[in-house]
Amino acid sequence: MTPIVRIPFSYRFGKVWRRNLVTFMRTWKVNFIPPFLEPLLYLLALGLGVGSFITQVEGVSYPRFIAPALISIAVMNAAFFECTYSSYVRMYYQKTFDAMITTPLSIEDVILGELCWGATRSFIYALLMFPVLLAFGVIDLPSSFLIFPFSLLAGFLFASLGMCFTAVSPGIDTLNYPSFLLITPMFLFSGTFFPLNLLPVPVQIVAYGLLPLTHVVAVMRGFCLGILSLDLLLSITWLAIASTLLCPVAIHLMKKRLII
Amino acid sequence: MVVAEELEKRFGDVVAVDHIHFQVEEGEVFGFLGPNGAGKTSTMRMIECVSPKTMGSLTVFGMDSEAHPREIKQHIGVVPQENNLDPDFTVRDNLIQFARYFDIPVDEASRRADELLSFLQLEEKKNVSIEKLSGGLRRRLILARALINRPRLLILDEPTTGLDPQARHLIWEKLRGLVTQGNTVILTTHYMEEAARLCDRIVIMDQGRILEEGTPQALVKRLVGDYIVEADATVEVRNCLEQHRIPFDTAGEKVQIVTPEPKLITTLLLEECHLEQVAVRPASLEDVFLKLTGRTLRE
Repeated sequence: MTPIVRIPFSYRFGKVWRRNLVTFMRTWKVNFIPPFLEPLLYLLALGLGVGSFITQVEGVSYPRFIAPALISIAVMNAAFFECTYSSYVRMYYQKTFDAMITTPLSIEDVILGELCWGATRSFIYALLMFPVLLAFGVIDLPSSFLIFPFSLLAGFLFASLGMCFTAVSPGIDTLNYPSFLLITPMFLFSGTFFPLNLLPVPVQIVAYGLLPLTHVVAVMRGFCLGILSLDLLLSITWLAIASTLLCPVAIHLMKKRLII
Repeated sequence: MVVAEELEKRFGDVVAVDHIHFQVEEGEVFGFLGPNGAGKTSTMRMIECVSPKTMGSLTVFGMDSEAHPREIKQHIGVVPQENNLDPDFTVRDNLIQFARYFDIPVDEASRRADELLSFLQLEEKKNVSIEKLSGGLRRRLILARALINRPRLLILDEPTTGLDPQARHLIWEKLRGLVTQGNTVILTTHYMEEAARLCDRIVIMDQGRILEEGTPQALVKRLVGDYIVEADATVEVRNCLEQHRIPFDTAGEKVQIVTPEPKLITTLLLEECHLEQVAVRPASLEDVFLKLTGRTLRE
């Protein structure tokens, strides 16, 4: 076999990103409702409802404690579900990727474009939730502005993670496994609705060592409450390394699936 | 334009394309004929630079297909076997969106889109969503999409499979128009009529190999003959033919006699064998195809 001497990526990944943005914006009304509605419902139910039994968690009111977690969860879901179910539909049912790779786009361009779009969706969700949370007075300025660039990094990681599952999933139904077995536990056990130190130490170790959402929540909480410590830098580094590792894995797995 | 030498494609242990050689010249229509599973689509996908070859060499426009895929793909138009139009876009937007992938500026893309919509008689449908299109309209739109980058080489993988005769004839007419403009076309088909009407040169593939190559007329003449006389395959007819030492083939319920002198055979059958009905027709590519690839079902 002749060695393939070429750079697999090009600026063309932006065209894939743009294709997804165009279709997203065409149905923007329905797409913009969840990020507005979700924080409202959660803050009402958990913040005011459950929160009325709780005076303070780690020195802040319960709504202020969960607000950064709500953004983190939205960021996770936006990217993960975009790059699992939605990407799977484009890949398998619509054959969009097959059509794209007959043009000068490479498969690497296509997948990188999809991952960047997943991250962008996370960013859009953070952007739309921001005014709602601000109106409730549960996040602080100006440090909260930092959540925007951070949502791109966190989104990119969850997009890459999702794409790995998309690449190996035999059907669209089997994508339910990672959402039940990974996303749901993360949603509950990443320091989202209660502090992690209430859990047994081994669980804490797993949460910090393996669950990306733990680090995302920690960083978001620091930004939203204006508590910028060195620990945040550590979490950001963890997330950056995980993204750097997972992105090429996702691309490699997709290439293996589609280029036969 | 396209040169393949010792080209091989394997999927695990299965050899889909088995060391084939072929050469497509500029301005010609080159057809790949063969039953399902012959390796036609695998060959197309390698030329399209979307599927890596296992062995051998393949150059398109003089460039190695795996070293320069982007440069090659920039000048290729592809009509895939499966419809893969983007259902998230309308008819016209499918063309505009696709043009972006080729770095075609928006003004130019929109000019070309309108041109192509009118060429393929799709203007009335330009704002319709893909899901509302019939099979024939989808196929026409895919052909329009394949032309958006003004390709030097057009690759059509079973362009008219599953279409009704009207839709098929329209596609043929458009393809002939493109060919007279000097476009180079590679197509696969298992419709012999399609190959005979459109192709300057064809290869017949089976089980990954190229069995024969030539112009449709030359292949028919060389491998079958000029005319075929057909009659019911009754015992009397067979005996009569054997008596007169006329070689024949049995195909289903018919006997077929290949001959350059159909009049002689017909007269003989009618008078000597006391037949009431015989049919004479020119030999066709279908006869070549069946002769080479057999009459047994493939799938």
